[in-house]
Amino acid sequence: MSRRFAYARWVLGAVLALACVPAGAVLPSEQLADARLEARAHQIGESLRCLVCQNETIEDSDAALAGDLRRLVRQRLLAGDSDAQVKAFLVSRYGHWVLLKPPVEPDTWLLWFGPAAVVALGGVGLALMRRGRRVAGSGDAPLTSEEERRLADLLETDRRA
Amino acid sequence: MRRLLFLAPLAVFGLVLIAFSAGLGRDPSVLPSMLLDKPLPPFSLPALDSGGAPLDSTKLRNGPPRLVNVFGSWCVACRYEHPELLALKARGVIIDGLDWRDDPAAARRFLASAGNPYAEVGVDTTGHTAIDLGVAGAPETFVVDRTGRVRYKVVGAITPDLWGRTLAPLMRRLERE
Amino acid sequence: MIGEIGQIALILALCLALTQTVALGYGAHRGDAGLMAMGRMAAALQFGFIALAFGSLVLGYVQNDTSIALVAEHSNFDQPLIYRIGAAWGSHEGSMLLWVLILSAYGAAVALFGEALRESLRARVLAVQGGMGAAFLGFSLLTSNPFLRLTPAPFDGAELNPILQDPGLVFHPPVLYLGYVGLSIAFAFGVAALIEGKVDADWARWVRPWVLGAWVFLTLGITMGSVWSYYTLGWGGWWFWDPVENASLMPWLLATALLHSCLVLEKRGALGSWTILLTILAFSMSLVGTFLVRSGVLTSVHAFAVDPRRGGYLLGMIGTLTGAALALYAWRAPDLKTGALFSGLSKEYAVTLNNLFLVAATATVFLGTFYPVFMDALHGDKLSVGPPYFNATFAPIFMLLFGLVSAGPLLNWKRDSWSSLWRRLRGPIAAAGLALVAAALAFGLRHALASLGVALGVWLLAGAVMVLARRWRGAPRGGLWPRIRTTPLAIFGLVLAHAGLGVTTLGITAMEGWQSQMVRAMHVGDEAKLAGRTYRLEGVRQVIGPNYEAVEARFQVRSRWGERTLVAQHRLYPASDTPSTVAGIGIGVTGNDYVAVGEAAGPGALVVRAWRHPLVNLIWGGAFLMALGGVISLADRRLRVAAVMRPRAVPALRSAAA
Repeated sequence: MSRRFAYARWVLGAVLALACVPAGAVLPSEQLADARLEARAHQIGESLRCLVCQNETIEDSDAALAGDLRRLVRQRLLAGDSDAQVKAFLVSRYGHWVLLKPPVEPDTWLLWFGPAAVVALGGVGLALMRRGRRVAGSGDAPLTSEEERRLADLLETDRRA
Repeated sequence: MRRLLFLAPLAVFGLVLIAFSAGLGRDPSVLPSMLLDKPLPPFSLPALDSGGAPLDSTKLRNGPPRLVNVFGSWCVACRYEHPELLALKARGVIIDGLDWRDDPAAARRFLASAGNPYAEVGVDTTGHTAIDLGVAGAPETFVVDRTGRVRYKVVGAITPDLWGRTLAPLMRRLERE
Repeated sequence: MIGEIGQIALILALCLALTQTVALGYGAHRGDAGLMAMGRMAAALQFGFIALAFGSLVLGYVQNDTSIALVAEHSNFDQPLIYRIGAAWGSHEGSMLLWVLILSAYGAAVALFGEALRESLRARVLAVQGGMGAAFLGFSLLTSNPFLRLTPAPFDGAELNPILQDPGLVFHPPVLYLGYVGLSIAFAFGVAALIEGKVDADWARWVRPWVLGAWVFLTLGITMGSVWSYYTLGWGGWWFWDPVENASLMPWLLATALLHSCLVLEKRGALGSWTILLTILAFSMSLVGTFLVRSGVLTSVHAFAVDPRRGGYLLGMIGTLTGAALALYAWRAPDLKTGALFSGLSKEYAVTLNNLFLVAATATVFLGTFYPVFMDALHGDKLSVGPPYFNATFAPIFMLLFGLVSAGPLLNWKRDSWSSLWRRLRGPIAAAGLALVAAALAFGLRHALASLGVALGVWLLAGAVMVLARRWRGAPRGGLWPRIRTTPLAIFGLVLAHAGLGVTTLGITAMEGWQSQMVRAMHVGDEAKLAGRTYRLEGVRQVIGPNYEAVEARFQVRSRWGERTLVAQHRLYPASDTPSTVAGIGIGVTGNDYVAVGEAAGPGALVVRAWRHPLVNLIWGGAFLMALGGVISLADRRLRVAAVMRPRAVPALRSAAA
């Protein structure tokens, strides 16, 4: 990366940073008169990521582009679009990136089902471990040397406790 | 079997490490264009100069390959990029400008004092066309081919380095198409 | 001159860290007392030199010595002294220096005050610690040198990011780092145990205070960060699921798991190899967090300097440290002695489940945080993972965990019966059930989730009370006080921590379920209503601060309970042309009134945003209770006695038994 390019990036960064005045951002003039429609618009806006201040929703961002997007969302709702249609339009322009809630599709299965899978795997692992131990402990088979040792430990800790 | 279980954390960690190193060189804030290899959406923007012809997407559908540059007189990085655009114009590259969320008078003053690299300039005061194009900031530059399809998008300023390495070869290829 | 002193001190510290690792590692292997003493000396000296370097940097900032590039970038004469000092760790380079300072301070503490530790264990712990120190010092010197010179020196410097010019900056990062780095000691203990091939109750007794201390600092650090963002970011958000926040949450979750599994290891000798794995993972999460913040693989609302070269070094370091530790684990852990058996209904089992849920929660945060990086690396797809994802995945896991929290402390070790558990838990269950019904009736089914939150909060509080009630119940007349007095401090710590979790849960529930907001363009004299309060814009004036200009708006807020004045500012810092918001916050027991002003909306009008945040202070109050619980546990005599006396006492016991 050349020095000049590095400088350009720095300038760009500064511009982006300047555009991000912190503060919740919906302006009074932007709000819709119809409270139910405005509530829908707000909910949609909360689920869309601002492209300038990248970790804010367009409802929270003061960036000019976020304002344009808020107005666009409201115009489309007034024109009769459904929530899904509004989001689909923005996805077609900016990609899945604008959605704070990623869609469930084969690519994101790991993301969406990973947490449940960890709990389930862990649970199954624990159950198997316990069953293994119970079988080993309750059967008539003589104790293996490892079990003997474990038993000795158990008794030892009992005595100490 | 039991030993394999103890290897699992290392294996998972290895995968994570590979993914991290792959992600290291990438800039997370730069978005790829959704329009890549697709025609520009239809738009018609009033010209910056009164009396000029509007910047129209149909005009871009049949003409030589060109750059469409999104700029604004308020944009610091655009001013930084400006001399490079003038140099490209001098080399015969056709550049159309999209003046984004700007006061037209300020934009005219800016181009009058800094020089005008654009063949045509359309004004997008509402920002709707910019959203249609998937613009996230200025400057952004679309490389458009003879049929009006977007072949490349530059986010941020065009630098001589970027031009020489990426854009110039691409433009030469598009000329031949 | 100061710069050179700092630079040389830092280089010497690196040499000492290497000496420490080699002398102690080899010395422990050979059983050479002389080498080990030398290594300990190196550890102490290393701390001394890093303290000298850190002192030099702070002095450079205090004197505003702009010939040091770092000082010139973040400090100027107008900047108040406290923020010039704070700027010493507000920058990337300075914060890494703070990191190695704390790392070496912990190492020195083990070297100087760890006499009671088993000699070989202490040597190996310090050897690992020295290796980490060397890695971080190398990082600092090679990629983030804080002492680079600037010639010619400018007359005055630039400015520290205005958002960082806040008392929060002075305390938040050091406290958080004390936590992150505290986990390095646990990591060192884990690796040392693997090298020794031995993990037992003694080992757990040693590690637990360190883990507990790190956990307290992490809890405090995260809480401070949350309070800070609440009042600086200007719309009262207290948690954003931002990558940088997640980076601190992941070590906290694993430290919490570790805290509990250490207890089982200490009391029952079980979960040994699992606990070691947790020590490795917990510190690795601290490292990954640093990588995430410093490498720029993810974007964040928190402003940080970003440099891919640094990311490369850090990644190499994580690969080496964590990779080596996990390889050692795969090799040695299978041979570690397996622990005692326990029944499916026992305190041990409850802790095992607690660990399962906490690890799953960590995995969730990890997936959510890094999935965009993975997707991008895999096939260039850009993807966002925001709060809706975490609400859908993290929250259910935590609800399961909360179900367990009140039951765990009421279970007996080894084995218990369902009927006696039911006898102990029916009080909390009844309380939670009542709360659920009451909340559902009061707020309707639309707030079903909020009602569940209320019920969980009550369940946690009742469970905590039950722990004490069970201990004290049936005390003879006048015998309650002796019972209270003989209750170990650790029990009070546990009760406070679990109750704190309940308090935080109630705060989050109220904030998510019942917060209200308004946006208005207001002229002076205008009134607006919100949640039973009337906001009146009294006046607007221009304010000139030491290094900023501001528009200041005064509001009179009337409610049934009285009046108060709130002042909000919209600031501009000319040196960097950066705006910043200072909200007017009226703090109250039942919640906060929060007002922020933005840009002008037409002539004489201001955009005013106001919020009512019900019970929001409980969120942080509960977190502070948790930290306080940790501190009280740390003060428990048994823990300290165990830490100092046990290694000597145990051989005596053994010979008595023999």
